[in-house]
Amino acid sequence: MNLLLASAIAVLIGSGAYLVLRARLFTVLLGLMLVGYGVNLFLLAMGRVRVVVPPIITDAGGPYADPLPQALVLTAIVIGFGMTAFLLALAVRSRSVFGSDHVDGLADWTDSASASDSASAPTVLVDPHAAS
Amino acid sequence: MIASSFSSGLLSSLVPMPVHQALARDLLVLPVLLPLAAACLSLLTSSIRWRRTLMLGTTLLLVALSGWLLPMADLGQVLVYRLGNWPVPVAIVLCLDRLSALLLLLTAIVATGSAWAAVRGDDQHGPHFHAALLLLIAGVNGAFLTGDVFNLFVSFELLLIASYGLLVFGGTPARVRSGVQYVVLNLVGSSIFLVGIGMLYSVTGTLNLAELSQRVALLDAPSAAFARSGALLLLVVFALKAALVPFSFWLPAAYSAASPPVAALFAILTKVGVYAILRMSTMVVGTDAALRANLYGEWLWPMAVATVAFGALAAIGTRSVRRLQSALLIVSVGTMLASMAHGSEAGLSAGLFYLVHSTIAAAAMFLVAGLSEQRDAPRRWTSVLFFVGALSVAGLPPLSGFLGKVLMLQAFPADSRLPVMWAVVLGSSLLAVIALSRRGAALFWGAADVPETSTLPRPPDQRLVPRALLSRVPPTALLLVLAAVTIGAGALSDFTQRTAQQLLAPGQVRSQIPDAPGGR
Repeated sequence: MNLLLASAIAVLIGSGAYLVLRARLFTVLLGLMLVGYGVNLFLLAMGRVRVVVPPIITDAGGPYADPLPQALVLTAIVIGFGMTAFLLALAVRSRSVFGSDHVDGLADWTDSASASDSASAPTVLVDPHAAS
Repeated sequence: MIASSFSSGLLSSLVPMPVHQALARDLLVLPVLLPLAAACLSLLTSSIRWRRTLMLGTTLLLVALSGWLLPMADLGQVLVYRLGNWPVPVAIVLCLDRLSALLLLLTAIVATGSAWAAVRGDDQHGPHFHAALLLLIAGVNGAFLTGDVFNLFVSFELLLIASYGLLVFGGTPARVRSGVQYVVLNLVGSSIFLVGIGMLYSVTGTLNLAELSQRVALLDAPSAAFARSGALLLLVVFALKAALVPFSFWLPAAYSAASPPVAALFAILTKVGVYAILRMSTMVVGTDAALRANLYGEWLWPMAVATVAFGALAAIGTRSVRRLQSALLIVSVGTMLASMAHGSEAGLSAGLFYLVHSTIAAAAMFLVAGLSEQRDAPRRWTSVLFFVGALSVAGLPPLSGFLGKVLMLQAFPADSRLPVMWAVVLGSSLLAVIALSRRGAALFWGAADVPETSTLPRPPDQRLVPRALLSRVPPTALLLVLAAVTIGAGALSDFTQRTAQQLLAPGQVRSQIPDAPGGR
């Protein structure tokens, strides 16, 4: 169980880190989401993984699952959701301002992935600077 | 069980206390609640006049409130507010000690200057500038007051989301570009923050700072190593916020792209990082043999020196006034942390003195830089402001930056690091003077390279008070505050001395939390 959880966290954060280092904003966003999931699992694991025990202390005593990491993860999920939504909106804005999906806003930038994108769906973006 | 702990919680809140102090303790939630409520209110109204009134009124009220809390904290007792009046291991606590009180007042002053400058017209490019500014203040105040690591995270997120909105406000290409990078970096930072919190929690079983500081002392060697890694991960996050090398490369782009009032307000954001480093290093990693004394200090010293070098070189290498101010902000953070890294009481005290000075000076200079880019601003007055501000930012006499630097040099112990410290402080001052005089000459004596302007065309004026007056007053007022700091330098350095004493005796905080368990 612990090995499974640890490897799940490792895979999530590893692939997330890879995606974050890409030059396209969309993959960066996906990477951040994966890292976020990995971190949430990590937080949960830090409260010791216990199966089929209640998250409350009863008068009878006995084993209980630590409820605090679950509360922390819940908060982290909510915050992560808001941040992701904001970044998504900002990414859309950035694409409409610069006409490309590059993290540095390079207008004439294409890589293999976005080139094949534009080949399959020829979207023409309006460059605001071209008009002025 | 719950009933009994409830009654003990009630009892502890009845511990005799002077009535003013008890009132201060009960009002401790206001610096967070007030801007939060005002932000919600300002979302409800569509009139910009009401929003501006709310924003200005709230910031002024916060100045008064934190001005009143400061002497309360100076009585020496740490005031602890337990949300919902729950007993301590359960409750989320807000703690007010001298450091928190000082930074609350500093935040309120800078926020007032920034809000006042924003009313000039920078708040008109979208509907929710005022709410975002108020939320930012709530987040910053929350970070300064909280006595709990996870709530530090929540406050960080609150101030970050507000700062994202403020940074890209207006949506010019430069703002969107630097905004994207700022958001991505800080999202990664937040993930690391959570990992660090998780690691500390897993070995100590608590997130309350006072309890953490007790329990890290009781850890066995493997757990202590784990906690140490967690604490160092947190240092990475705080260094990212404080813009320490190697985590500072985002700052010049972001702060120079933001509108001047926003950049002025952001001068306080780096201090949130500094505050968090101080808090962690004195309460969690500093004092215990188990976590190795001065764990952060070993890392902070080279980082701080590199930060000063990076900032000073960036300052002479740039042609834009705003980038110059951003670089000098980085220099100031590096300088104060170089002084604090040693962990001595005098070093901490001098660093705090310089923190107060440099934050106000940086905020004032961001506003002056904004003024200097406007064609309709009175040039002569702007150039005087630029000159006075430049003197204070570079740390030349007669303003308080000079005193701060002298204090830091005096406080530094005579060991092998001393020549480096002299080189850091004096070299960065020299480079700052060169950079500022070049920029000033180009700006006001009409040398060839006119800086690029990134101010937006301003929409029609819907003013409360004439614009020409408004644009001049906030930087002047901030520089006057600086003059007051210079005049009251003796009182301030005595205060920072007491603050440093309190910081280095974290046992005091523990004993002030009435029913903290003595280590379970």
